[in-house]
Amino acid sequence: MGRVWSLFHKFASPKWFYEISGKLLPWFVAMTGLVLCTGVVWGLAYAPPDYQQGNAFRIMYIHVPASILAESSYMMMALAGAVGLIWKIKLADLALKTAAPLGASLTFLSIATGAIWGKPIWGTWWVWDARLTSMLVLLFLFVGVIALRSAMENKEAAGKACAILALVGLVNIPIIKMSVEWWFTLHQPSSFKLTEKPAMPPEMWIPLLIMVVGYYSAFATAWMMRIRVEILEQENRTQWVRDRVRTA
Amino acid sequence: MKFGNMKPHRRRRLYVVLFLVVTSSAAVGLTLMALNENINLFYSPQQIASGEAPVGKTIRAGGVVVPGSLRRDESSLLIEFDISDLKTAPLRVAYTGILPDLFREGQGIVALGKVNQQGIFVAEEVLAKHDENYMPPEVAAAIAAAHGESE
Repeated sequence: MGRVWSLFHKFASPKWFYEISGKLLPWFVAMTGLVLCTGVVWGLAYAPPDYQQGNAFRIMYIHVPASILAESSYMMMALAGAVGLIWKIKLADLALKTAAPLGASLTFLSIATGAIWGKPIWGTWWVWDARLTSMLVLLFLFVGVIALRSAMENKEAAGKACAILALVGLVNIPIIKMSVEWWFTLHQPSSFKLTEKPAMPPEMWIPLLIMVVGYYSAFATAWMMRIRVEILEQENRTQWVRDRVRTA
Repeated sequence: MKFGNMKPHRRRRLYVVLFLVVTSSAAVGLTLMALNENINLFYSPQQIASGEAPVGKTIRAGGVVVPGSLRRDESSLLIEFDISDLKTAPLRVAYTGILPDLFREGQGIVALGKVNQQGIFVAEEVLAKHDENYMPPEVAAAIAAAHGESE
């Protein structure tokens, strides 16, 4: 127990986090590049076409991971908000702050690729069904968190307000997930369920899984880069940042 | 993490966070339950037949295109077909215009329009639904062939 706590407190130290993320970052950059390239080439060029949609279904390899990551990044942001509220850790607030624009971009990518996919296959860019609408709400939540912070002068109060908004919006995640089950929607149900086999053969879902891993890795990379900048800015009066800037 | 030996002020804040998430989720959940029917994108033929759908208003109807029901007009873009939820009598749909590529018999569709006096759903827009199953064309062909043999 004591060990977990000391790790937790170490993690909360900006200096320690800056150093460990600096060491991890090159590996993450390399992994992201490798995994995303493999997934893109496999998915877009080598996976077989779909019997109904032909090659149009390949946009799935961009759309599905973007949607998964949009939801994951929201959950991570809300978790950071909870940790920040309960333990008053500055780093948690930075984690929330830096995740929001990434999550907003991923949600936008999901909605945009969904619209591009929907036009030829469904016959429309957009319908107000439960899945598409709840995804739009997710975009507004991310944008709301970003806007709320920039609207408030007091940094500590802004962090608290953002954490509360992120936590209140958490209810949207199960709604997005279950929307296609609970209501009649134009969007089809999920092809992946925990209890069942995927609704596609391995030559289709393996590249998709690779893309999902690649997106997670890309998110981690971009997030670490952003939070490192924030740490330097926040800690700019401390000795270790001054030493580092001097040697750089 | 063990919450038993948490500092009291932190435990209090933890409860506040939990309370916040639970109450906001309950509020949203109850609202959605109250709005349940309105969140559905379309009505099924059964709901339209039973008068659950508003009469004389533009609504969306959804169902599977009944195989063999498709009729195309020879001199115009008019097309007529039945949609069914496999429970009640099918609903006749008339549509003039260009259909999405995925439209075919046996496919799920969602149409926007009104039911006229003859009980025909006059659509101004037809969208195609697809399911969550993806497969290569060879596999689909093999399944179709196996299906044909067994029948």
